[in-house]
Amino acid sequence: MDYQGAISILAAAVTAGTPIFYASLGEILCEKSGNLNLGVEGMMLVGAVCGFQAAVLTGNPWLGILAAMLAGGMLSLIHAFLTITLKASQVVSGLALTIFGTGLSSFIGKKLIGIPAPVKFSKMDVPVLSDIPLLGPILFHQDVLVYISYLFVIVVWIYLYHTNWGLKLKAVGENPAAADAAGIYVARIQYVHVFLGGLLAGMGGAYLSLAYAPSWLENMTAGRGWIAVALVIFALWDPARALLGAYIFGGLDILGYRVQALGITVSPFLMKMIPYLFTVGVLIFISAKKGKHHTAAPAGLGIAYHREDR
Amino acid sequence: MISLLKIEKREINNPYILTAIRMVGIFLAMVTGGIFLQFTGHEPLAVYRTMTEGVFGSAYGFNETIVKTIPLLLAALGISVAFRMKLWNIGAEGQIYVGAIAASGIALKFGYLPAYLLIPFMLLGGFAGGAVWALVPAVARAWWGTNETITTLMMNYIGILWTDYLVFGPWKDPNGFNFPITPEFSETAFLPAFGKTRVHMGIIIALLLAGILYVFIYHTILGYEIRVAGENSEAARYAGMKVTWNILLALFISGGIAGVAGMTEVAGITHRLQSGLSPGYGYSAIIIAWLSRLNPIAIVGVSFLFGGLLVGGYAVQTSGLPASTALMLQGLILFFVLGGEFFTRYRVICYQNKVAKREGDVHGLSRSN
Repeated sequence: MDYQGAISILAAAVTAGTPIFYASLGEILCEKSGNLNLGVEGMMLVGAVCGFQAAVLTGNPWLGILAAMLAGGMLSLIHAFLTITLKASQVVSGLALTIFGTGLSSFIGKKLIGIPAPVKFSKMDVPVLSDIPLLGPILFHQDVLVYISYLFVIVVWIYLYHTNWGLKLKAVGENPAAADAAGIYVARIQYVHVFLGGLLAGMGGAYLSLAYAPSWLENMTAGRGWIAVALVIFALWDPARALLGAYIFGGLDILGYRVQALGITVSPFLMKMIPYLFTVGVLIFISAKKGKHHTAAPAGLGIAYHREDR
Repeated sequence: MISLLKIEKREINNPYILTAIRMVGIFLAMVTGGIFLQFTGHEPLAVYRTMTEGVFGSAYGFNETIVKTIPLLLAALGISVAFRMKLWNIGAEGQIYVGAIAASGIALKFGYLPAYLLIPFMLLGGFAGGAVWALVPAVARAWWGTNETITTLMMNYIGILWTDYLVFGPWKDPNGFNFPITPEFSETAFLPAFGKTRVHMGIIIALLLAGILYVFIYHTILGYEIRVAGENSEAARYAGMKVTWNILLALFISGGIAGVAGMTEVAGITHRLQSGLSPGYGYSAIIIAWLSRLNPIAIVGVSFLFGGLLVGGYAVQTSGLPASTALMLQGLILFFVLGGEFFTRYRVICYQNKVAKREGDVHGLSRSN
């Protein structure tokens, strides 16, 4: 493979990884508050279809993104209400959200199948930066949503590690009872971060339907929401590692198409298995290593907080 | 006077009240679904009537509901075994597919065997296929504590892609006009059907399994152990139960039963392996198992209800609604029943200000959580 070929594969990996990254970043924020939301797949699907529908109606891709985020956010609030206020099982509620989202998205999207996106996010060079050898064409010859994702890594990283809010969030996720005793509004913080998770999952979905595909297909996320949840563990709840991990998954995602283009005849179905096999392998590897993984997970993850239990 | 809310723990175990709460949940889900349908320009009552008529309006509809009940019932029974141990096996969909692959492989290779040998062989194969598929996440969970929720789910995609690989590739019917299907099995591999309907012997297998599981869970020592281990793994460990072994066993059986659903589908309905064999039975089965509180007898009833929901979903397609309407309603039902659980575990007390001074309430009242 020549230099140009390698560059184009890496650039495509960044594009393919971006929707997974958005969803993963949202799930990190959600899980940092101690809430596990397995509804990412459902929220991404609804985000994808609502974003596409809004773009078709308004002709404005930004309104599409906005609609997708709101749709993902609304769905996440169902999960938040059930798990935070009604203290229902987070696992079951998240599964319900994915099943509901899958049904809802194909309900809304029935008339949208086969329509090409009227508008989409196209690639554009960033002046100066795109001229950097190697990195330029990989990282800075992308669409604007990819650039926004770079921004988000930095913003969320600062938020988590260098602000008072980030500290409060961590307290809630690690020990809600102690946080409550310290005067932090536990439920409010959890609601906000579950909602942020929904917004970002919706955005990840819209990236698929408005930039990556760009079109609407039933179940077009194809498990990316679940991979995003796995990626959070892989990334040890760290946004920068999530970005890197998302690109690895993105690379595996496109590998199938690229290998075919090189004239190697492997069944496309076998190639498509790779990201899922890799996810299983990585999860097993991480848990076999233990140690670091155990300290990285928020201690209160998955447990409903009931203040009378203190 | 300010009235304040306080949430207090309680536990309701009365099965009638629990069932009633679930019924109310299902009813509210249907109402919400109706509002949504109205909002999107459909006639909710007409849609529900079409759905009901689709199921009960004709012998065909009723038979089709039984046909859909079979895989749902088997998959839900399988899932319930794992859920009892608090193992989140959400991989039934993949286990169905791999069970179907194994059964199909046997049917295609040993088609010359007489039915009384071939059918049990395929059943065993279906069980083994699903069981092995669940064993990968099971081993990882038992040895290294790998979260089985995501691994079982990932195995779904791999199983479905493997099926596609086979029916588009090495197993494709050379005379199938390029459709993604294998050649039809020999007739000795067909599960006998009842009369001229599509209802096949799978329903007997499924009901039998439900009975066996019921007896096993509620009337044997090992079943008791599994129930205890599921409630409290620490207590189980103290009592000398081998938790690691139980994890492997529970997921093995769980996947195996789901695999049987794959076998009954190919042997009873399609008579060949084909792409898109299961339209998400494995996912609906999660809801069924949970709604039934993992009780095998309840699972039979709820599976029939969900089979009806699927057939009703197909019926409304004629009026321009997508079949996914049924999936949406399933999700809504789960939301409402999940929300209803709250009232079985907590009571909400509304205080007037003067009573609030009662001992211990002061903290609870400062903020509502």
